[in-house]
Formats: sequence, structure tokens, C-alpha cells
Amino acid sequence: MNFDYTEEQTLLDNMVTSFVRDNYDWDTRCNIVKSEEGWKEENWKQFAELGLLGVPFEEAYGGLGGKSADLMIVMEQFGKGLVVEPYLPTVILAGGLISKLGSEEQKNSIIPQIISGNIRCAFAYAEPQSRFDLNDVKTSAVLNGDDYVLNGFKSVVFGAGMASHLIISARTEGEQRSDSGITLFIVDTKSEGLTLQNYPTIDEYRASEVIIENLKVSKDNVLGKVNMAYDAIEEIVDISTIAACSEAVGILQVLKDSTTEYCKNRKQFGQSIAKNQVIQHRLVDMMIEYEQAKSILYMAVTADLSDSDERRRAVSAAKARIGKAIKFVGESAIQLHGGMGVVDEYMVSHYFKRATMIGVLFGNTDYHMKRYMTLTQSGIKSSDEAISVSVT
Amino acid sequence: MDTAFSNEDLKFQSEIRDFIKTNYPQELRDSINSKRKLGKELSREDLTAWHKILGKHNGWSAPSWPKQYGGAEFTPTQKYIFEQECAKAECQYIMPFGINMVGPVIYTFGNEEQKAQHLPGILSGEVFWCQGYSEPGSGSDLASLKTSAVKEGDHYIVNGQKTWTTMAQYADWIFCLVRTNPDAEKPQQGISFLLIDMKTPGVTVRPIKLMDGSHEVNETWFDNVKVPVENLIGQENMGWTYAKFLLAHERSGIAGVARSKKAIERIKQIASSEMSYGEPLIQDPAFKAKIAAAELELSALEYTELRTLAKDSAGKGPGPESSLLKIKGTDIQQAVTELAMEAVGYYANPHLGTTLSNEYVGPDYATNLSGTYFNFRKASIYGGSNEIQRNIIAKMVLGL
Repeated sequence: MNFDYTEEQTLLDNMVTSFVRDNYDWDTRCNIVKSEEGWKEENWKQFAELGLLGVPFEEAYGGLGGKSADLMIVMEQFGKGLVVEPYLPTVILAGGLISKLGSEEQKNSIIPQIISGNIRCAFAYAEPQSRFDLNDVKTSAVLNGDDYVLNGFKSVVFGAGMASHLIISARTEGEQRSDSGITLFIVDTKSEGLTLQNYPTIDEYRASEVIIENLKVSKDNVLGKVNMAYDAIEEIVDISTIAACSEAVGILQVLKDSTTEYCKNRKQFGQSIAKNQVIQHRLVDMMIEYEQAKSILYMAVTADLSDSDERRRAVSAAKARIGKAIKFVGESAIQLHGGMGVVDEYMVSHYFKRATMIGVLFGNTDYHMKRYMTLTQSGIKSSDEAISVSVT
Repeated sequence: MDTAFSNEDLKFQSEIRDFIKTNYPQELRDSINSKRKLGKELSREDLTAWHKILGKHNGWSAPSWPKQYGGAEFTPTQKYIFEQECAKAECQYIMPFGINMVGPVIYTFGNEEQKAQHLPGILSGEVFWCQGYSEPGSGSDLASLKTSAVKEGDHYIVNGQKTWTTMAQYADWIFCLVRTNPDAEKPQQGISFLLIDMKTPGVTVRPIKLMDGSHEVNETWFDNVKVPVENLIGQENMGWTYAKFLLAHERSGIAGVARSKKAIERIKQIASSEMSYGEPLIQDPAFKAKIAAAELELSALEYTELRTLAKDSAGKGPGPESSLLKIKGTDIQQAVTELAMEAVGYYANPHLGTTLSNEYVGPDYATNLSGTYFNFRKASIYGGSNEIQRNIIAKMVLGL
């Protein structure tokens, strides 16, 4: 049992840490998020040069063959720097689906392009009525000759505006909320029939509403098997959820540390406000929440993710618990910063906003709590043996 | 990063499992269960029988002790496995006062005679220890303690009162913090660490009844008690250093993750039997959500403890971070005891095992769950209250 990084992981950690330190100081980041594009292509090129874009992909396609622990390292450091480039949507989410479901031809044509930084992809799955349910798909795809014709609407698609390709989930069969009958399509974002309405998010990332009207997609661009995409979507969203949790843990560390520093320096009534026990205990509780969040992330990262039940249970446990930590650490950070906490100019509010939106991403605390309960409840057996409870 | 057990770990796990299966006495299990059901107190024999069995087997009664002192010297992973297996099998837990508290102080700071005199009895479970720290006027502010030890020839004369002495009614020995220099510049500087035989004339133990009716703790009075100077640990007036060392050891075992896990499992079983709205209580969304919340917290704490253990094995001893384990561990224990009580509805009410009734009522599993809930309010108070633990983290970890 150990929680140490391997030599390669330490190198990776150092590399991403230096990238953030050297390229992502606060002013630089402010300029990036204010720009028309909302990201910096130069940074993306550097990700490619550093090999970051290949972390989770198989070596056969030019990747590094990394696992969840490696993605955790990248995302945690990105969290610390509030890096806005669409790494999660492209590499982990869309990239994950292509790796999982793609034909040899699709993988050979797309994955090396992602790794080299030439293209970015995004995954359009959520719909206005679906909330967090991945199986709730109204967007339809009907086969007409050699093409599918898609119609529908996709909500809050992160990174779509920077992507050359979208992966779209659509219903080819079955009821609106049926697991079976969902198919994935790879589509060029410039395709006729596809309209992107791009906008910034409250935490300064970029997302799009995607309007799909009589979009023709060749049968060759189906990703995976027709009607059978649901399990893979759930799995890759789970893996992406761990990545989002990792980003959150990085953010929580910054919130905890910067709030502690702020309280040491801020003087009122002639002394540092950190001299007040009520402040000290709040800071300690922030630290405890951070440590608990990090611990449950480690639980998820070291779980056997190839076992789908264990994966679901671990992911939902982590997301629900980290969601709780996000709320406590985030709100406490703002409260303890006082007036400085609520202004746009000071960085703490930006970390708080990003952490809060990660709380929503891929399902909020209640959603994952419910999923966790559904999963663990099946393991409960009623017992007719006499039992006595002792916790001492 | 790797939390999978190695083949040796797995072998160790089955060794422990087999040992418990073969050696944990059924009559002890029966005795403890029947007393619990009737709310009766456990005897000294109940509390020490398993300790004595482990003491005869490769030092397993002392998982953390070095081999040279007869301990098992388990690796952190082995310690974790050992605790898990003992909790799963619901083995009676080992009283901490000898093994976790005074034992490490004696082998770290004591002289050869003290080691030879005391360690074997602690290890074997033959000698029962209790802890003389708190006083009526010294709780969280432990260093303000007043019990005095005045040197007269080759003895100290001890006068004063200790309180919350857990299981002093069974104890053969008590380790005490006493004031040897009342004029020291700082209160911490005038304290010594003294071992006292409970049979010495002038030692009086009086029970304190807790709100669940249990007798766990006592007042211990010292009236001109003559203690040989050989019973001083380390140097005179250096007791505070040893006390702090001991407190860090006490806290590291305090998370109780394995036992809380077992308790949650039991609550799920109870809630599968109990009905609410015509369905098993376990289906009730509100109750289910509380169980799940406790599970998540415990899962996080388990990994916090594993991270601490891993750090421990890298040679960094239990630091102030162990305060975190104490805070969260006791939070969860309290949440879990509350859930258990809540699960049995009206059957939280009967108070069995008093002189007023010896009849057994309600489902077996319901007995004394409310008593345990009330009893466990102690957990966030003892071992340094959770507020004091926060002060420790604020000062030692956050540097405030």
C-alpha cells in the first residue's frame, strides 16, 4: 500500500506544475478568458509538445497509455491554475469515447490528430430535458439510404466552439429514457444542419448550445455499434467525473491555502483575524474537508475501474463527497475573505465559481448520492439472525 | 499509487482470519453478547480474555510495539488488516491504556528496570492499567493539573484527585501526571510522569455513573500515597513531553474506521428488519440518505487513515494530522450510534439491566442502542475535545 507517485508520475506532475507556473499567471489567465476565443492555441501547442494530449491514449496510437491516476495528476494541477483550455472535453471525454468505441480506421484517423494538437473534439450529450441522465435522449437519428438524418438539440456542450468535431448522442431506437437505442455520431462542426450558439460560462469557460436540423451523417461516422452506446457513455462519463473531481481537489487546495494566508495577513481590531478561534476552527474545518475530498478521490482512483459496479459506486461516492467539500470550502473561502471574497478582481471568487460549476458537472451531489444509494442498496440483505450493535 | 494488497498481505489476512476463527472463544462471545443484551457491565475477564490470547501469540496484543519489546511490529498495512479483521469478527477491543498509551511511553522513555517490570504484564494482559490525567479543574487545560508529588527520601508523597479514570475499578496500576515543581515558570515545566500501584494505601476509587447508567469512569483520590522514586518515568519535571508523545499515540488509533464500518453494516441489517410506511426502513429515502452520507464520510476517512499510515511507514511518526482522525472518527461514531438508535423507533426507550427490571423486551438488536448513543457523546470530548484538536491543527498544521 502506498500513495506515492511513480517516477514517471512525478515527472508528469512536475511538468504540468511548471507549465501552470510559467504560462498561467493570473494576468495571463485573465487575458485568455476575456479574449474572443476563450482559450489560447499557443497553450494547446505546448500541451502537444509536452505530450499531455496523449496521456490517456494507447501507445499504439501514439499515446502514453496513462490511467486515472495520471489524469488525476494533470487535472489537479490544471485545477490549481484554473486552466481553461478544453483538455477535459477533448482528451478525456471525446477522446475516451473514440478510444473505447472507435473502429481501427476511426482511431487511426482521429487519435493521432488529437495527440498532435491539430484537432479538438467535444461530446454533445445533455439535452434541455435530460438534466444529468445520460439515457434521456430525444435527439433522433433516422437512417435514410446510407446516411442518418439527425434532429434535436444539445445543451451546454463544453468546448464545442473550439472543436473541429462533435460526438453527438442520438436515439436510433426505443423510448426517450431507454438505455438501449442510443447511438453516437462523429460530426464535423462545420456540417450543414449544425448550428452552434457559443457563450461563456459563469466560471469563464466556453460552452455551446447545439441545434441539429436535418443533419446528414454518413453510416461510416457512427461511433461504435448502433443502439449500443449507453454503457460506453456511462463509463467514459464516469472516468471524466474522476478527472473533474481531481480538478476540484486542486482548486480546493488553492482555496484552503490562500484563505489561510489571507486570514494570517488581514488585520482587524489591531491583530490578524487568524488569531480569532472562530476563524481558526473554520480554517481547520476547511482543511479537514479538503483532506477528506482528496482521500475519497484516491479511493476512486485506486478502485478497480474495470469492474463496472465498483466503478459506479466509487465514482458516485467521490463525486457526492467532493461536492459537499466544494460547497463548504468554497463558501467558507468567500466568507473569510470578507469583501475581497465577493469581488471579480480578486482570484478567490474565480476559484469558487469554477469549483461550484464542477459540482454540477456530470451530476451534482444529490444526483450522485442517489446513484450511490441505488448501487449499494442491492447489497443489503435482510437478516433474521439476532444482532446486537456495538461500536465500541 | 497502489492500494491493492500484495500476496504477502493477503496471506497475512487469511492468517489473522484463521487465528480469530480458531482462537476467539465462543464463551467470551456469548458472555459479552448476553451482557450487552441485558445492558450489563462487562467484567475484567470479558475485557482482557482476548488480549491474553493475543498476548501469547507473537506479540499480536501489541501490533505497533517493536519486536525487541515483545510486540508484533506490524507494518502499517498489516496493522490496518489486523484491525479490519478483528472488527469484522466483532472481537472485543483491547483496552488502550497499557498497549497504546503507557507501554510506548515506558519503552521509549523508561529505564531497563521499568521495561522489565512492566512491559511483560502489559503485553500479556495480566496487568490492567488506567490513566490518571484529567482532574476536576483540569480538562482541556491539562497542564493546569494540581495533584502533587513531593519527594521525601526515596518516595514521592502524592496528594490530589484524578477524574474520568476509565476502568479504574479493575486497574492494577495507574500512570499519572503529577506536579513536582509548583514554582516552574510555565505550568508545563513542573509536571512528572509517575507509575502508581493501585493497591498502595491512600488510593481510593469512586464510581461516576454516565448518563446511560454505565460505570466506565471513576474519580481516583490520592491521600498521602507513598510512591517509590523508581516509579518515575524519565526525568523529573519532563512529564509533559511524555504526555504529549502519549496523546499523539492515543489519537492515531482513535479513528475506529473498521468498527464504524461494521456498525453501519449492522444498522443496514436492523433497518432491513424494521418497518416504516409498510416497507423496510432501509427503503425510506430520508434514512437511506443518512446511511449513505455516513458511508461516504467513512470511506473518505478510511483513505485519510491509509494516507496517514503510509506516511507513518515512511518513517514520519503520527503528527498533529492525527487530530483530524480523532475529529472525523468520533464525528462518524456519533453519527452511527445515532442512526442505530433511530433505526429502532420506540424500542430506543427500554432501559434494561437496571435494578428495576431484569426482563428482556423488544427485538434483540434494539437493546441499549439509545444507551450507546447517549454514551458516545463522550467521544467528541475525551482524548482532547474536538475543539482542542482543532486548536492543535490550527497551531501545528496551519501555523496560525
